[in-house]
Amino acid sequence: MSIWSYANPVKFLTLSARVQPVLWVLSMACVATGLIWGFFGTPQDYRQGATVKIIYLHVPAALMAINAWFMMLVASLIWLIRRHHVSALAAKAAAPVGVVMTVIALLTGAIWGQPMWGTWWAWDPRLTSFLILFLFYLGYIALWEAIEDPDTAADLTSVLCLVGSVFAVLSRYAVQFWNQGLHQGTSVPVATGGRSVDDVFFYPLVICMIGFGLLFVALVFYRTGTEIRLRRAAALRARAGRAA
Amino acid sequence: MMPDLGKYAVEVLSAYAVSLLLLAVLVLWTLRRGRTARATLDAAEKEAGRHG
Repeated sequence: MSIWSYANPVKFLTLSARVQPVLWVLSMACVATGLIWGFFGTPQDYRQGATVKIIYLHVPAALMAINAWFMMLVASLIWLIRRHHVSALAAKAAAPVGVVMTVIALLTGAIWGQPMWGTWWAWDPRLTSFLILFLFYLGYIALWEAIEDPDTAADLTSVLCLVGSVFAVLSRYAVQFWNQGLHQGTSVPVATGGRSVDDVFFYPLVICMIGFGLLFVALVFYRTGTEIRLRRAAALRARAGRAA
Repeated sequence: MMPDLGKYAVEVLSAYAVSLLLLAVLVLWTLRRGRTARATLDAAEKEAGRHG
């Protein structure tokens, strides 16, 4: 069966109903295990003290804030190229999740930065590009709400998503691009395999990252189903209105 | 048992509190909106059925 068959809303909802229980259970189990292990079962860092425990929230949230935008980018491209409504609705459904992840990353970063850097905020390349990404998220959601025709809204938000992807890339690679600022490079570089985090912090961190990723997928599946139902209800009401 | 957070207890606890609160609000809002959407669709289908 082709992956494009899930562009059919009924098939998508059937798949969604099947995988969601597993996703919810796994995501909650991973998030709970990672956070409890990280908070209660790891020592203080020799330089950062107990603030190192913020890593179990900050890194997974920042990871998902950026990856959520990339998921929206792929879904937007599918909409623009193949005009599958489910993909446009999936992008719409992911945006609020991405916003919350971005806010968590920004807030925990500020709380962590104050005692370590001596400031809540700095106009550092990575922090600034992340803040701009947050504003793009707000603009993306506002654009969906502002346009009445759903296809036009999907078109315009898809274009906005393409533009915002620049800042999603910058959020991830700003440290390498400019090699300046307060924020350190990535602690767990997937591409190179090397890492600057000791095993005692690394394992609960990876579990948290997996948990946040699964939670994102579960939320997007659920929220896409919600958007499909609302779209169907609006279409039925419009049809009934024309018939009356 | 609560781990020793030293002089950074306020920072660590506030980071966990605000993050868990935001995640809980997101999940509960998502579930509530989903229930509302199901009810809206049910009502629209019944209405459409009445109109043939």
